[in-house]
Amino acid sequence: MVQYTRTRFDASFAALSDATRRGVLEQLGRADASITDLAEKFHMTLTGMKKHVGVLEQAGLVTTEKVGRVRTCRLGLRKLTEEAAWIERYRQLWNARFDELDKVVEELKRKEKVDGRKKRE
Amino acid sequence: MDARRESEPTSMKNCTMVERKSERELIVTRTFNGPARIVFEAWTKPELLKRWWAPKSTGVSLLSCEADVRVGGRYRFEFGHEASKPMAFFGRYIEVTPHSRLIWTNEESDDGAVTTVTFEEKDGKTLLVMHELYPSKEALDGAVAGMEGGMPETFAQLDELLVTLGASMARS
Repeated sequence: MVQYTRTRFDASFAALSDATRRGVLEQLGRADASITDLAEKFHMTLTGMKKHVGVLEQAGLVTTEKVGRVRTCRLGLRKLTEEAAWIERYRQLWNARFDELDKVVEELKRKEKVDGRKKRE
Repeated sequence: MDARRESEPTSMKNCTMVERKSERELIVTRTFNGPARIVFEAWTKPELLKRWWAPKSTGVSLLSCEADVRVGGRYRFEFGHEASKPMAFFGRYIEVTPHSRLIWTNEESDDGAVTTVTFEEKDGKTLLVMHELYPSKEALDGAVAGMEGGMPETFAQLDELLVTLGASMARS
Protein backbone atom coordinates (compact mmCIF):
# COMPACT_ATOMS: atom_id res chain seq x y z
CA MET A 1 0.00 0.00 0.00
CA VAL A 2 2.75 2.39 1.01
CA GLN A 3 4.68 1.37 -2.06
CA TYR A 4 1.61 1.86 -4.23
CA THR A 5 0.87 5.32 -2.81
CA ARG A 6 4.46 6.29 -3.21
CA THR A 7 4.53 5.17 -6.84
CA ARG A 8 1.29 6.94 -7.54
CA PHE A 9 2.56 10.15 -5.93
CA ASP A 10 5.74 9.98 -7.91
CA ALA A 11 3.76 9.48 -11.10
CA SER A 12 1.52 12.49 -10.33
CA PHE A 13 4.43 14.65 -9.39
CA ALA A 14 6.35 13.73 -12.50
CA ALA A 15 3.24 14.36 -14.59
CA LEU A 16 2.73 17.84 -13.13
CA SER A 17 6.37 18.85 -13.27
CA ASP A 18 6.17 19.62 -16.97
CA ALA A 19 4.75 22.91 -18.28
CA THR A 20 3.23 21.34 -21.40
CA ARG A 21 1.43 18.74 -19.36
CA ARG A 22 0.06 21.37 -16.98
CA GLY A 23 -1.09 23.27 -20.07
CA VAL A 24 -2.79 20.14 -21.37
CA LEU A 25 -4.67 19.75 -18.06
CA GLU A 26 -5.74 23.38 -18.22
CA GLN A 27 -6.94 22.87 -21.78
CA LEU A 28 -8.87 19.70 -20.90
CA GLY A 29 -10.46 21.55 -18.01
CA ARG A 30 -12.17 23.77 -20.57
CA ALA A 31 -13.14 21.05 -23.02
CA ASP A 32 -12.28 17.53 -24.03
CA ALA A 33 -9.85 17.34 -26.94
CA SER A 34 -8.30 14.82 -29.27
CA ILE A 35 -4.58 14.15 -29.25
CA THR A 36 -4.39 15.80 -32.68
CA ASP A 37 -6.08 18.98 -31.31
CA LEU A 38 -3.67 19.05 -28.40
CA ALA A 39 -0.63 18.47 -30.60
CA GLU A 40 -1.66 21.40 -32.79
CA LYS A 41 -2.43 23.67 -29.86
CA PHE A 42 0.95 23.04 -28.26
CA HIS A 43 2.87 22.99 -31.56
CA MET A 44 4.09 19.48 -31.08
CA THR A 45 4.31 16.29 -33.07
CA LEU A 46 1.58 13.71 -32.57
CA THR A 47 4.13 11.31 -31.10
CA GLY A 48 5.35 13.92 -28.62
CA MET A 49 1.82 14.69 -27.47
CA LYS A 50 1.00 10.99 -27.19
CA LYS A 51 3.88 10.63 -24.76
CA HIS A 52 2.68 13.53 -22.60
CA VAL A 53 -0.89 12.24 -22.55
CA GLY A 54 0.46 8.80 -21.67
CA VAL A 55 2.25 10.23 -18.63
CA LEU A 56 -0.91 12.08 -17.50
CA GLU A 57 -2.95 8.94 -18.03
CA GLN A 58 -0.49 6.87 -16.01
CA ALA A 59 -0.87 9.35 -13.16
CA GLY A 60 -4.67 9.10 -13.29
CA LEU A 61 -5.05 12.77 -14.19
CA VAL A 62 -6.42 12.15 -17.67
CA THR A 63 -8.51 9.41 -19.25
CA THR A 64 -8.64 8.70 -22.96
CA GLU A 65 -11.14 6.95 -25.15
CA LYS A 66 -10.77 5.91 -28.75
CA VAL A 67 -13.79 6.34 -30.97
CA GLY A 68 -13.11 5.40 -34.59
CA ARG A 69 -9.76 6.91 -35.44
CA VAL A 70 -9.88 9.68 -32.88
CA ARG A 71 -8.57 9.37 -29.33
CA THR A 72 -10.38 11.85 -27.07
CA CYS A 73 -8.75 12.99 -23.85
CA ARG A 74 -10.57 14.31 -20.78
CA LEU A 75 -9.72 15.18 -17.22
CA GLY A 76 -9.52 12.10 -15.06
CA LEU A 77 -11.24 11.20 -11.81
CA ARG A 78 -11.18 14.68 -10.42
CA LYS A 79 -13.69 15.86 -13.00
CA LEU A 80 -16.02 13.00 -12.17
CA THR A 81 -16.02 13.86 -8.47
CA GLU A 82 -16.72 17.48 -9.30
CA GLU A 83 -19.69 16.52 -11.38
CA ALA A 84 -21.02 14.25 -8.63
CA ALA A 85 -20.62 17.10 -6.12
CA TRP A 86 -22.41 19.54 -8.41
CA ILE A 87 -25.27 17.11 -8.99
CA GLU A 88 -25.64 16.72 -5.23
CA ARG A 89 -25.72 20.50 -4.77
CA TYR A 90 -28.24 20.85 -7.56
CA ARG A 91 -30.33 18.12 -5.91
CA GLN A 92 -30.21 19.99 -2.61
CA LEU A 93 -31.35 23.20 -4.30
CA TRP A 94 -34.36 21.50 -5.87
CA ASN A 95 -35.06 19.55 -2.71
CA ALA A 96 -35.18 22.80 -0.74
CA ARG A 97 -37.52 24.32 -3.33
CA PHE A 98 -39.74 21.23 -3.32
CA ASP A 99 -39.94 21.20 0.48
CA GLU A 100 -41.40 24.71 0.24
CA LEU A 101 -43.61 23.64 -2.65
CA ASP A 102 -44.95 20.83 -0.39
CA LYS A 103 -46.20 23.52 1.99
CA VAL A 104 -47.92 25.42 -0.83
CA VAL A 105 -49.55 22.17 -2.02
CA GLU A 106 -50.77 21.39 1.52
CA GLU A 107 -52.23 24.84 1.84
CA LEU A 108 -54.01 24.66 -1.52
CA LYS A 109 -55.40 21.24 -0.59
CA ARG A 110 -56.80 22.60 2.67
CA LYS A 111 -58.24 25.59 0.89
CA GLU A 112 -59.89 23.39 -1.73
CA LYS A 113 -61.47 21.29 1.03
CA VAL A 114 -62.84 24.35 2.82
CA ASP A 115 -64.12 25.87 -0.43
CA GLY A 116 -65.72 22.53 -1.39
CA ARG A 117 -67.49 22.37 1.97
CA LYS A 118 -68.71 25.93 1.57
CA LYS A 119 -70.11 25.12 -1.87
CA ARG A 120 -72.00 22.11 -0.55
CA GLU A 121 -73.46 24.03 2.35
CA MET B 1 -25.61 10.83 3.00
CA ASP B 2 -28.51 9.87 5.25
CA ALA B 3 -29.43 6.24 5.42
CA ARG B 4 -33.02 5.67 4.48
CA ARG B 5 -35.11 5.39 7.63
CA GLU B 6 -37.37 2.40 7.27
CA SER B 7 -39.60 3.39 10.17
CA GLU B 8 -40.64 6.61 8.52
CA PRO B 9 -43.69 6.27 6.30
CA THR B 10 -42.63 7.06 2.76
CA SER B 11 -45.61 9.37 2.34
CA MET B 12 -44.21 11.74 4.96
CA LYS B 13 -41.15 12.86 3.08
CA ASN B 14 -40.61 12.44 -0.61
CA CYS B 15 -37.12 12.46 -1.99
CA THR B 16 -35.77 14.50 -4.85
CA MET B 17 -33.60 12.72 -7.36
CA VAL B 18 -31.25 14.20 -9.93
CA GLU B 19 -29.65 12.24 -12.71
CA ARG B 20 -27.48 13.23 -15.65
CA LYS B 21 -29.28 11.09 -18.17
CA SER B 22 -26.99 11.80 -21.08
CA GLU B 23 -24.37 14.29 -22.20
CA ARG B 24 -27.09 16.90 -22.78
CA GLU B 25 -29.85 15.93 -20.36
CA LEU B 26 -30.53 16.36 -16.69
CA ILE B 27 -33.57 14.84 -14.97
CA VAL B 28 -35.05 15.90 -11.62
CA THR B 29 -37.88 13.81 -10.11
CA ARG B 30 -40.06 14.23 -7.03
CA THR B 31 -43.49 13.05 -5.84
CA PHE B 32 -45.95 15.46 -4.21
CA ASN B 33 -48.79 14.53 -1.90
CA GLY B 34 -51.50 16.25 -3.88
CA PRO B 35 -53.39 16.09 -7.16
CA ALA B 36 -51.76 17.29 -10.38
CA ARG B 37 -54.08 20.29 -10.73
CA ILE B 38 -52.80 21.68 -7.42
CA VAL B 39 -49.12 21.06 -8.12
CA PHE B 40 -49.57 22.56 -11.59
CA GLU B 41 -51.24 25.61 -10.06
CA ALA B 42 -48.23 26.15 -7.79
CA TRP B 43 -45.97 26.18 -10.87
CA THR B 44 -48.09 28.54 -12.90
CA LYS B 45 -49.31 31.29 -10.58
CA PRO B 46 -46.56 33.84 -9.94
CA GLU B 47 -47.78 34.58 -6.42
CA LEU B 48 -47.41 30.87 -5.58
CA LEU B 49 -44.15 30.35 -7.52
CA LYS B 50 -42.67 33.19 -5.54
CA ARG B 51 -43.26 31.30 -2.33
CA TRP B 52 -41.11 28.30 -3.12
CA TRP B 53 -38.61 29.20 -5.89
CA ALA B 54 -36.04 30.84 -3.60
CA PRO B 55 -36.07 28.97 -0.28
CA LYS B 56 -34.21 30.65 2.58
CA SER B 57 -31.63 27.86 2.80
CA THR B 58 -30.21 28.86 -0.59
CA GLY B 59 -29.24 32.27 0.77
CA VAL B 60 -30.65 34.17 -2.18
CA SER B 61 -33.91 36.03 -2.18
CA LEU B 62 -36.28 36.50 -5.02
CA LEU B 63 -36.50 40.18 -5.89
CA SER B 64 -39.17 39.83 -8.52
CA CYS B 65 -41.09 37.05 -10.17
CA GLU B 66 -43.10 37.57 -13.33
CA ALA B 67 -44.60 34.65 -15.19
CA ASP B 68 -47.13 34.91 -18.00
CA VAL B 69 -47.87 31.21 -18.19
CA ARG B 70 -49.36 30.66 -21.65
CA VAL B 71 -47.83 29.63 -24.97
CA GLY B 72 -45.43 32.39 -26.01
CA GLY B 73 -45.72 34.11 -22.62
CA ARG B 74 -42.53 35.22 -20.91
CA TYR B 75 -41.12 34.66 -17.47
CA ARG B 76 -38.51 36.60 -15.61
CA PHE B 77 -37.23 35.87 -12.10
CA GLU B 78 -34.73 38.22 -10.54
CA PHE B 79 -32.84 37.22 -7.47
CA GLY B 80 -29.64 37.95 -5.66
CA HIS B 81 -27.86 38.84 -2.48
CA GLU B 82 -28.16 42.54 -3.17
CA ALA B 83 -30.99 44.40 -4.84
CA SER B 84 -28.51 46.51 -6.82
CA LYS B 85 -26.98 43.50 -8.57
CA PRO B 86 -29.79 41.13 -9.43
CA MET B 87 -29.29 37.96 -11.43
CA ALA B 88 -32.06 37.28 -13.89
CA PHE B 89 -33.49 34.01 -15.05
CA PHE B 90 -35.74 34.50 -18.08
CA GLY B 91 -37.27 32.94 -21.15
CA ARG B 92 -40.53 31.89 -22.77
CA TYR B 93 -43.17 29.23 -22.27
CA ILE B 94 -43.53 27.12 -25.41
CA GLU B 95 -46.08 24.61 -24.18
CA VAL B 96 -48.69 24.93 -21.46
CA THR B 97 -50.99 21.92 -21.11
CA PRO B 98 -53.08 22.38 -17.97
CA HIS B 99 -52.35 19.92 -15.16
CA SER B 100 -49.95 17.82 -17.22
CA ARG B 101 -47.14 19.59 -19.06
CA LEU B 102 -45.11 22.80 -19.11
CA ILE B 103 -42.21 23.56 -21.44
CA TRP B 104 -40.09 26.68 -21.30
CA THR B 105 -36.92 27.99 -22.83
CA ASN B 106 -34.14 29.76 -21.08
CA GLU B 107 -32.79 32.78 -22.90
CA GLU B 108 -29.98 34.06 -20.71
CA SER B 109 -27.44 32.67 -23.18
CA ASP B 110 -27.14 30.40 -26.20
CA ASP B 111 -26.30 27.61 -23.78
CA GLY B 112 -29.68 27.77 -22.03
CA ALA B 113 -31.69 24.59 -21.60
CA VAL B 114 -35.21 23.75 -22.71
CA THR B 115 -37.07 22.55 -19.63
CA THR B 116 -40.02 20.18 -19.76
CA VAL B 117 -41.98 19.55 -16.58
CA THR B 118 -44.57 16.78 -16.55
CA PHE B 119 -47.15 16.22 -13.82
CA GLU B 120 -48.44 12.67 -13.58
CA GLU B 121 -51.21 11.96 -11.10
CA LYS B 122 -51.69 8.57 -9.45
CA ASP B 123 -53.83 7.84 -6.38
CA GLY B 124 -54.05 11.49 -5.42
CA LYS B 125 -50.27 11.97 -5.65
CA THR B 126 -48.30 13.65 -8.38
CA LEU B 127 -45.04 12.45 -9.87
CA LEU B 128 -43.18 15.45 -11.18
CA VAL B 129 -40.43 14.97 -13.75
CA MET B 130 -38.33 17.93 -14.79
CA HIS B 131 -36.26 17.31 -17.88
CA GLU B 132 -33.60 19.81 -18.93
CA LEU B 133 -32.19 19.50 -22.42
CA TYR B 134 -29.06 21.53 -23.13
CA PRO B 135 -28.05 22.48 -26.70
CA SER B 136 -24.73 20.65 -26.36
CA LYS B 137 -22.60 18.59 -24.03
CA GLU B 138 -20.42 21.67 -23.54
CA ALA B 139 -23.43 23.72 -22.43
CA LEU B 140 -24.34 21.25 -19.68
CA ASP B 141 -20.67 20.84 -18.72
CA GLY B 142 -20.51 24.63 -18.57
CA ALA B 143 -23.54 24.80 -16.30
CA VAL B 144 -21.86 22.27 -14.03
CA ALA B 145 -18.58 24.21 -14.06
CA GLY B 146 -20.38 27.55 -13.65
CA MET B 147 -22.11 26.59 -10.45
CA GLU B 148 -18.79 25.30 -9.11
CA GLY B 149 -17.04 28.55 -9.83
CA GLY B 150 -15.45 26.53 -12.61
CA MET B 151 -11.82 26.11 -13.30
CA PRO B 152 -10.26 28.29 -10.60
CA GLU B 153 -11.43 25.72 -8.08
CA THR B 154 -9.95 22.90 -10.10
CA PHE B 155 -6.68 24.72 -10.21
CA ALA B 156 -6.78 25.45 -6.51
CA GLN B 157 -7.07 21.69 -6.07
CA LEU B 158 -4.18 21.11 -8.43
CA ASP B 159 -2.10 23.63 -6.51
CA GLU B 160 -2.95 21.87 -3.28
CA LEU B 161 -1.94 18.57 -4.80
CA LEU B 162 1.36 20.08 -5.89
CA VAL B 163 2.05 21.41 -2.41
CA THR B 164 1.21 18.05 -0.84
CA LEU B 165 3.36 16.22 -3.33
CA GLY B 166 6.18 18.69 -2.93
CA ALA B 167 6.07 18.27 0.83
CA SER B 168 6.11 14.50 0.61
CA MET B 169 9.05 14.63 -1.79
CA ALA B 170 10.98 16.89 0.56
CA ARG B 171 10.44 14.50 3.47
CA SER B 172 11.72 11.46 1.62
